[in-house]
Amino acid sequence: MNTLHTLDSIDPKITARNVSVYYGEKRAIDDVSIDISPKYVTAFIGPSGCGKSTFLRTLNRMNDTIAGARVEGDIALDGVDIYKSGMDVVQLRARVGMVFQKPNPFPKSIFENIAYGPRIHGLAASKTELEEIVERSLKRAGLWDEVKDRLTDSGTALSGGQQQRLCIARAIAVEPEVILMDEPCSALDPIATARIEELIDELRGNYAIVIVTHSMQQAARVSQRTAFFHLGKMVEYGKTSDIFTNPREERTKDYITGRYG
Amino acid sequence: MSPAIPILLALALGLIGWLAARSRAWAMRKAVRAEGGELHSLPNYHGWYVGLWAVVPALAFAAVWSSLSPNLVLQQVLSDPAAQGLPAFGIQRDAILAEAQALAGGGGATGFQKGSAALVEPFRAAMHTYAVIGLIVTLVLGFAGGAFAYLRLRPHFTARTRVERAVMVGLLAASLVAILTTFGILASLLFETARFFSVVSPVDFLFGTHWGPDPMSEPSSVSGDRYGAVPLFWGTIFIGAIIAMAVAIPLGLMSAIFLTQYATPLLRKWMKPLLEILAGVPTVVYGYFAALTVAPLVRDFGHMIGVASASSESALAAGLVMGIMIIPFVSSMADDSIAAVPQAMRDGSLAMGATKSETIKKVLIPAALPGIVAGVMLAVSRAIGETMIVVMAAGATARLTANPFESMTTVTFQIVAMLTGEGSFDHPATLSAFALGMVLFLVTLALNFIALRVVKHFREAYE
Repeated sequence: MNTLHTLDSIDPKITARNVSVYYGEKRAIDDVSIDISPKYVTAFIGPSGCGKSTFLRTLNRMNDTIAGARVEGDIALDGVDIYKSGMDVVQLRARVGMVFQKPNPFPKSIFENIAYGPRIHGLAASKTELEEIVERSLKRAGLWDEVKDRLTDSGTALSGGQQQRLCIARAIAVEPEVILMDEPCSALDPIATARIEELIDELRGNYAIVIVTHSMQQAARVSQRTAFFHLGKMVEYGKTSDIFTNPREERTKDYITGRYG
Repeated sequence: MSPAIPILLALALGLIGWLAARSRAWAMRKAVRAEGGELHSLPNYHGWYVGLWAVVPALAFAAVWSSLSPNLVLQQVLSDPAAQGLPAFGIQRDAILAEAQALAGGGGATGFQKGSAALVEPFRAAMHTYAVIGLIVTLVLGFAGGAFAYLRLRPHFTARTRVERAVMVGLLAASLVAILTTFGILASLLFETARFFSVVSPVDFLFGTHWGPDPMSEPSSVSGDRYGAVPLFWGTIFIGAIIAMAVAIPLGLMSAIFLTQYATPLLRKWMKPLLEILAGVPTVVYGYFAALTVAPLVRDFGHMIGVASASSESALAAGLVMGIMIIPFVSSMADDSIAAVPQAMRDGSLAMGATKSETIKKVLIPAALPGIVAGVMLAVSRAIGETMIVVMAAGATARLTANPFESMTTVTFQIVAMLTGEGSFDHPATLSAFALGMVLFLVTLALNFIALRVVKHFREAYE
């Protein structure tokens, strides 16, 4: 089912082969293989409970924090197996950042929220350097103009949309290669959502972005590659335009046209 | 006649009312349903409504009566001709009356006091009269209440709403008991404290540095310079807030972190209750652990490191054991507030590539800090009010020193010493216990108040 090597002419950023994920006895992901392009936004769509978020969380090993979760198969970042023994999870997560469903800024100042990652990874040698990183990250996340005069205010005092952009800025601050977004707009209103979608478009090309979304319109707007998940299996993967206008699989077509989900 | 009889009869009336009202409501329901209607309330609520009306007024009267009737009995006995021969006042008169009453009630008293035998019969008669009056009124009230309620039952009668309101009032009364008790304690403390301060000036008491009340001295010659409580305050703070907290905060916090972040669910299931058992050990047991085991070790250690003044009763011994005792207070509050930090916060930090300990140190602890601080404050107020451990292990000498190997005394210890001492009750030395209690009460009240405020703030921040 995998036609990805012909899809993109450049080397994939992440390659997953025959990945299955178990929560205890229950199989949440069943034999998924996919290549993630470094240049494009890849969207995972599918009905609730289809495993798209679970699969996303295997890509930076956030499933490690869930008791009883077990991953089979191979996932490689730039060709290096991320589940091999001796893999440094801390390094992996610095390279593969994540933005969550609900904005989760730390209860610290805006500045401290952004400086958190660079500090723990020792990215800044001086205070000036740290300030530069904070400014650059906030600018890239399109939040700088709104918060530059109140960097010492608490991050939790911002509006929901601003909080989510703060979380994106926080992820960008450690210079990741991949950004995983787990339904980043599901807790936001349409205006804030539009702002985040614009931002995702601006970030494209600099990072490999994978976004899980339950909104097909959103997938159609922001992504160039789309994978459709159903009942723990990846049903179809291809160019977003193909998936939405000319799906190969009956189930994909039914989902796209709103027959279920 | 036993006072239990009116109560049991009132309850029996209530049961009868409950059954009667319920069956009447069932009958009404049948009739109303035949016409396609429905009762406002379920038959059970009608039952409870009538039952409550039968029981509550009757029991309320029985309670009031049981506190009034002894006085009425006494009045009647004193008006009896046999009482004319009693001494006019004083201890002997009271003793004779008490004995006659005990004999009349069938108690095991012997006819030791002269003249008591003559009063037994009047007492018996009076007690019988008032018991019968009480019983009759109780029954009449129970019956009248029940009947009144029973006659009000109609298909559309709002029995449910009324029973719910009665439940609410009952719950309110229960919570008022605790609150009113607090005010009662405060009022009694205030009264005695005012008596103490009429002899010793508050300035001498609060700022004086010499504590040495002599309960045997002439009350009129008491001067404020023996009532300086600063050494007691210092002893209390040194033992309860400094030494004990130096033990309890790090150990409690670290065990909370281990239990919430590192322990497997199974281990946590076993360790948390075991840790909380510490809170259930009687403080007197901690007291002799401190006095018999820890204090000698502390003294020997003091001698070993060259502190010649190390004594077998020391602030350090008492403080260490007190610290162990309050670990559960700190750890369970810290545990709760760390566990209350949203999982999203933890995930956010881990997803940035932070390690577990970085996440705990930089995100979880700061976010849980208000809860932790509140726990510490509750623990401090518990520690400074603790008595048994300091009585057994800290000593009785009021001393202003920072040497933890010396014996020291605390506010609570001195309250015990002054109240159980040999002075008469209205001697300033005895009254000083109330002033000390007042200070302790105010300080713990303030700490609890601050802790509650902090916790409230914390809750608001995470909604």
